[in-house]
Amino acid sequence: MPLVKVGAEIANDWTFVPDGAALPEAGRFSVSFTRFLGLKLGQENGPLPDGVRLAPVDDPAQLEPFLPDLALIEVDFPRYTDGRGFSQAQLLRRRYGYSGEIRAVGHVLRDQIFYMHRSGFTAYETRRATVSEVLEALAEFTEAYQPAADGPGAAFRKRTGA
Amino acid sequence: MYRYDQFDARIVQERVAQFRGQVARRLSGELLEDEFKPLRLQNGVYLQLHAYMLRIAIPYGQLSPVQLRRLAEIARDYDRGFGHFTTRQNIQFNWVALKDIPDVLDKLAEVEMHAIQTSGNCIRNTTTDHFAGAAQDEVLDPRAWCEIIRQWSTFHPEFAFLPRKFKIAVTAAEHDRAAIRVHDVGLHIRQKDGQVGFEVHVGGGQGRTPHIAALVNPFVPEAQILDYLEAIMRVYNRYGRRDNKYKARIKILVSELGEAEYIRQVEEEFAAQRPGEKIDLPASEVARIHAYFAPPALAARPALSKTLEAAKAADPAFARWTRANLHPHKVAGYASVTVSLKPLGVAPGDATDAQMMLVADLGEKYGYGDIRVSHAQNLILPHVALDDLPAVYAALDAAGLGAANESRITDMIVCPGLDYCNLANARSIPVALAVQKVFADPAYEEDIGKLHINVSGCINACGHHHVGHIGILGVDKKGEEFYQILLGGRADEKAALGEIVGPGLKADDVPAAIHRVVEFYRAERTSPAEKFIDTLERLGHARFQEALYAAG
Repeated sequence: MPLVKVGAEIANDWTFVPDGAALPEAGRFSVSFTRFLGLKLGQENGPLPDGVRLAPVDDPAQLEPFLPDLALIEVDFPRYTDGRGFSQAQLLRRRYGYSGEIRAVGHVLRDQIFYMHRSGFTAYETRRATVSEVLEALAEFTEAYQPAADGPGAAFRKRTGA
Repeated sequence: MYRYDQFDARIVQERVAQFRGQVARRLSGELLEDEFKPLRLQNGVYLQLHAYMLRIAIPYGQLSPVQLRRLAEIARDYDRGFGHFTTRQNIQFNWVALKDIPDVLDKLAEVEMHAIQTSGNCIRNTTTDHFAGAAQDEVLDPRAWCEIIRQWSTFHPEFAFLPRKFKIAVTAAEHDRAAIRVHDVGLHIRQKDGQVGFEVHVGGGQGRTPHIAALVNPFVPEAQILDYLEAIMRVYNRYGRRDNKYKARIKILVSELGEAEYIRQVEEEFAAQRPGEKIDLPASEVARIHAYFAPPALAARPALSKTLEAAKAADPAFARWTRANLHPHKVAGYASVTVSLKPLGVAPGDATDAQMMLVADLGEKYGYGDIRVSHAQNLILPHVALDDLPAVYAALDAAGLGAANESRITDMIVCPGLDYCNLANARSIPVALAVQKVFADPAYEEDIGKLHINVSGCINACGHHHVGHIGILGVDKKGEEFYQILLGGRADEKAALGEIVGPGLKADDVPAAIHRVVEFYRAERTSPAEKFIDTLERLGHARFQEALYAAG
């Protein structure tokens, strides 16, 4: 499945380890939110992951103490209509100050990618769009009305020079 | 009115280009209908019973003559010569071919219009008082804040895939003409100690589980209102139900949590916002947008117009029209005119291309270039000199737009119903027209006075049947259309939900039943000054119900 990050296709060197499966001794991996907290809080023993995958219901506030240890947060979109992942990304970026990779996974459609980018996503794993379509989608709009996680360049700030 | 600058223009142009690509991918088969659906929906394109339907945004219901003429051209060139004005102050075209829609959107962009977010699970067109800027009872002109909300909500990256659609209404007048208490968010602009702020109501709505909105905050200062709206939206986006589309509106979240807990969550989210998350709209930007809505330069005129009085004395039909279709203006010598789109025998809210052209001309010649769409599906000329009213009426009447029925019994809000809509269970337009016929005598209608009848062809309540003084709801019972009658609803500052008063009626029985209710009111009112809704509230529903079902 193509993975696009910061404007180009990249190799995916991460593995998502499903709940119940053995954790790998080497290599980079992510686990579910619940398992991540379990490992961090010592409820499960094993190698500590530096990646986590959020389901729509998961509360990013609980990740705040562990954000410095994380290099990858995957936000899962089980259905494209479920927009909770946009709020999760905005919270991670703007409220909790996470600066690592946020990757959209699951039912990621080409035409959502611009919104994802503005919400703080930096990588998109999708079988629903080609790499060139993802890049196209990112470039479709040059202006935005409201500040978001992609920076403060809202139209009203440009208008007023603020 | 607001004019696009380079930012607005580019955003709309880029949107048209994007949708043109999406339509091309759909027509080539690259996009399946299922994948195309969310894209077309966020551009106002529905797949209806017979064809694609295009809904065009008319932000807070305001149009310039140039814009209304463009809508007329679209009706003529791409539809069958008419358009349908909606309760969201928008217009929809029922017969536009999908392949033509990008061209139509281009033509709209040329006159600073679009179809963005007129459907889909996103923030829809913000509506307001159709007399904004002209009404005597407003504390300020609410349109500037509607425009600010329009910009903030347009392509908001976090709130484009909400649990369900989301509607915001704003009023700045004590008498609520924007129905804010039956909106997802209703904002009432108030002034306190020289400061402008918003009374915030959340969780109103109609549909299958109607609710009157909860008062969530009595006064949010204007500098904080967008941040407060962000808190409301985020709580909804994160915690609104997504397991059942019929329980996904914010009204269900508010009622399931309970008002107190809901308010606590919003306040907690609002308090948690860090400085970098604040929108921080500069006061200079608010002032810049207010300046677009500066009132027209209305020359001083006497409060009493001799021309008008003479014309009234000469023409009883004109005099009746002035008694029904004028609203007092804040400047002496002027009035706000309702152009009724509810003449007898026409689908309520429909206008032909020629009628739109005419109203555009009148708006230009007599109306300071300002035209509005009301949520009651009429057109408004908010600023007309009293001296010009005879000429305006003569032109309207000649075009079939002279109905003297604003807020009267034949001025019904009616959804398209089963004639067009693939959600409907029953037809609504034919029933409305049959009821209209009973009250076709203008003198009789005037005697009845203010009475709102709202008609929906299904439980989704696009015809606002819950808040009509009399509501009519079409239902399907084993393949036959039946109509339930509701009594006692209202959408104003005393908002209330109507009550279903008994078993459904067959379509043929509805006009006579409504007639009996109206006759009962006329017999029981203390004087002609006592309105239907006041008599109903004084006497209670039971006796009206008896009248409704009394054997003919």
